[in-house]
Amino acid sequence: MDLFGSFALLLAFACAVYAIGAGIAAIFTRRPLLIKSARQAGLAVCILIWMGMASLVYLFLTDNFSLAYVAGHSNRDLPLFYKFAALWSGQEGSLLFWSFLLSLYVFSVLFTYRHKHPELIPYVGVVLAGVQLFFLVLNTFIASPFQVIGTMGPHGVLQLFAQADGKGLNPLLQYPEMVAHPPMLYSGYTGFTIPFAFALAALLGRYPGEKWIHLTRKWTMIAWCFQTVGILLGAHWAYAVLGWGGYWAWDPVENASLMPWLTGTAFLHSVMMQEKRGMLRVWNVWLVFTTFLLCILGTFLTRSGVVSSVHAFAQSTIGPWFLGFIIFSIAVCLWAYLKNRDYLRSDNQLDSLVSRESSFLFNNLILLVACVAVLSGTLFPVLSEWVQGSKISVGPPFFNKVNIPIGLFLLFLTGVGPLLAWRRTSLDSLKRNFGWPLVGGLAVGAILFPLGFRDFYALVCVILSVFVTLTIFAEFFRGARVIRGRTGANLFAALAQLTMRNTRRYGGYIVHFGMVLIFVGLAGAAFNQDKQMEMAPGSRMSIGPYSLICQTFTSRPAQNYTAERATIEAVRGNQAVMMLYPERRFYPANEQSGTMVAIYSTLKEDLYVVYAGRSPENDQPVIHAYLNPLVKWIWLGGAVVVLGTFLALLPNRQAVLVVRAAAEKVAPGAAPQTVRAPLRTYEGND
Amino acid sequence: MKQQTKFGVGAAIIVATLGWLAWLGAQESKTYYHTIVELSSLKASDARHRIRVGGTVRPGSIARYAGRVDFVIEGEGKSLAVSYTGTDPLPDTFVDNSQALVEGKLAPNGAFVADKVQAKCASKYEPAPGQPKDSTGGSGYSEKKS
Repeated sequence: MDLFGSFALLLAFACAVYAIGAGIAAIFTRRPLLIKSARQAGLAVCILIWMGMASLVYLFLTDNFSLAYVAGHSNRDLPLFYKFAALWSGQEGSLLFWSFLLSLYVFSVLFTYRHKHPELIPYVGVVLAGVQLFFLVLNTFIASPFQVIGTMGPHGVLQLFAQADGKGLNPLLQYPEMVAHPPMLYSGYTGFTIPFAFALAALLGRYPGEKWIHLTRKWTMIAWCFQTVGILLGAHWAYAVLGWGGYWAWDPVENASLMPWLTGTAFLHSVMMQEKRGMLRVWNVWLVFTTFLLCILGTFLTRSGVVSSVHAFAQSTIGPWFLGFIIFSIAVCLWAYLKNRDYLRSDNQLDSLVSRESSFLFNNLILLVACVAVLSGTLFPVLSEWVQGSKISVGPPFFNKVNIPIGLFLLFLTGVGPLLAWRRTSLDSLKRNFGWPLVGGLAVGAILFPLGFRDFYALVCVILSVFVTLTIFAEFFRGARVIRGRTGANLFAALAQLTMRNTRRYGGYIVHFGMVLIFVGLAGAAFNQDKQMEMAPGSRMSIGPYSLICQTFTSRPAQNYTAERATIEAVRGNQAVMMLYPERRFYPANEQSGTMVAIYSTLKEDLYVVYAGRSPENDQPVIHAYLNPLVKWIWLGGAVVVLGTFLALLPNRQAVLVVRAAAEKVAPGAAPQTVRAPLRTYEGND
Repeated sequence: MKQQTKFGVGAAIIVATLGWLAWLGAQESKTYYHTIVELSSLKASDARHRIRVGGTVRPGSIARYAGRVDFVIEGEGKSLAVSYTGTDPLPDTFVDNSQALVEGKLAPNGAFVADKVQAKCASKYEPAPGQPKDSTGGSGYSEKKS
């Protein structure tokens, strides 16, 4: 099977080379047969990558420890579920997995548009095949997951051997989120390749109009949604597994996933400027280029050892390849831009500072500043070594100082921006739209302040959150009232109808509301507390409103680890709330241990209990308890964001039944089956 | 004033403010990377900075006391006594022979007082036996195993 896999990848590599060559030839000659041939080569690349992936899955499931990669990341006792996580837990497998996810996107694009946009798609195909080619070079020649274990024996003969059992999967990765988080995040990373390819293709082919933006809107949103979910799952994994009580540490790997999210978010907003007003064409093209490059940079940072990170892969020889690819991509983008920049001229200019346009501009500006801040903070050691000759790193205070105000400003724009009119907004409409929400926000602030809610940023965050929520609800309510007045439907039906009529707008509001929930959750971090104590059975620790009473300590063996488990009763007032079972697990396969955090989670706060180990002096178990307010809101917000994105992806629906029926009456001879009113769908009605 | 200019001024104010905040944050948290060898020859002024050092944990050197954990890290033939006084529990990956990154300050007696310890690592790539080891170096993080 390893031969099957590596040959499939080799063949995919050859097909990608052909797809690029034939694609370029097709662009110049415009011969239909050549276009078709290039497209089919592109499809073949994808199918071959799937075969390679399938063979790696097979090798993992059959415990084939003659393969270095399988032996290094799996073992016999590993539950089936985690054998999938093991697939992408190391460098080679994760790169193949990257290729695999990209090939799913590429296949869908090439297949969906196989009979459409013949002037654009050949360019898209070439760009996509180019990106695939790069990863296939890595998969095939540089970091193949199909390498067998062998040593050079006497007479220069390679001696192969299989291991009896593998080294097992890193215990920190043996957690349900770790099965879901990498696929989500990688789907985000790879998904941004699609808008990138369309943007570059439209620029290279001077494809007229804003068509490429309409075409890529859905792909961008899907990628963005995956990226969001991936980041949140990663944060949740860090929260629930690493046992330090937090979910975000500004680690280079986390930053790497955040940066393309920031530019991708900016892109999703600024394309509206281009769609509606023909502005920011150059900006948008560069924004999507940057997003793609940041995705590649993220992959590079986690693998090259350029910046040290807790969960970066150790240094490997793969860095220069990524660097080369990034430089090559920048060169291609720059060349395409310089060659065809006249095609990107703007139609309109900014009319007023208080307008939808300017709110988008500010949104973009600060998202970009956030991205630059995160990037420079992440690369600070590298940059300072260049400039000063000494390696200096910056820590969370740097990132927080910049990004908290940025986040709050963005939150403010989330409320204000969508309600500002295009071009210019009158003072009157400002008062009408924002008067009451602002009063509501300030009122909540005035209630919370005396209750001890004193942290400045957290207070501002809550005031803004209430303000934004009220503006969003007011928008829904206003629209629903109009529909109710017209159709007599009840409020919920009217709300549903309203949303389905303009999914993009109202889906967007729901995404915004989800972001508000996330912000509320983040603000809770200002009030975190924690306490650490040696606890014997019967001893008691109190934190916030809770008391923790230690019951027993037990040891239990499981399939591939042994766990030491504390049984702790959480009591609130005199009421028993929950039994908590924090664990320390020992995995014999790789002689590592891991923690299992026990969390009692409510909307108000999380009680987070870690079995921190045994005190070396007296062998007493040490329990570390955290009280983290509002964390659950972050995960809830994530779910709302996904729901909103999903709604925004649905086509608009507007039944034009009445109009049609009237028209039919005029022509009584019409065939009865045409009476059924078609659903008119249209896009971009924001 | 033209709208573009107004926007430009607004943008400049925002960027300048954030830049100032970034500078403050950087001053507060900047940490100098050094190797164990470099520490012994630091200038007095540089020795007051926040410092990050990496090395391999000497087997058997980890000693846990109330409120602190002492251990020794080694690299390039030199060793450094570290006293961890942070509140967070040490990572599970922190064991004998693991590669540790410690952050903190040099005490006047030459010992290192760390408030943060990281140890390799979650998604670590380890070459299987029988394969050549990957080249190390470059980040200043990974020292040769002694």
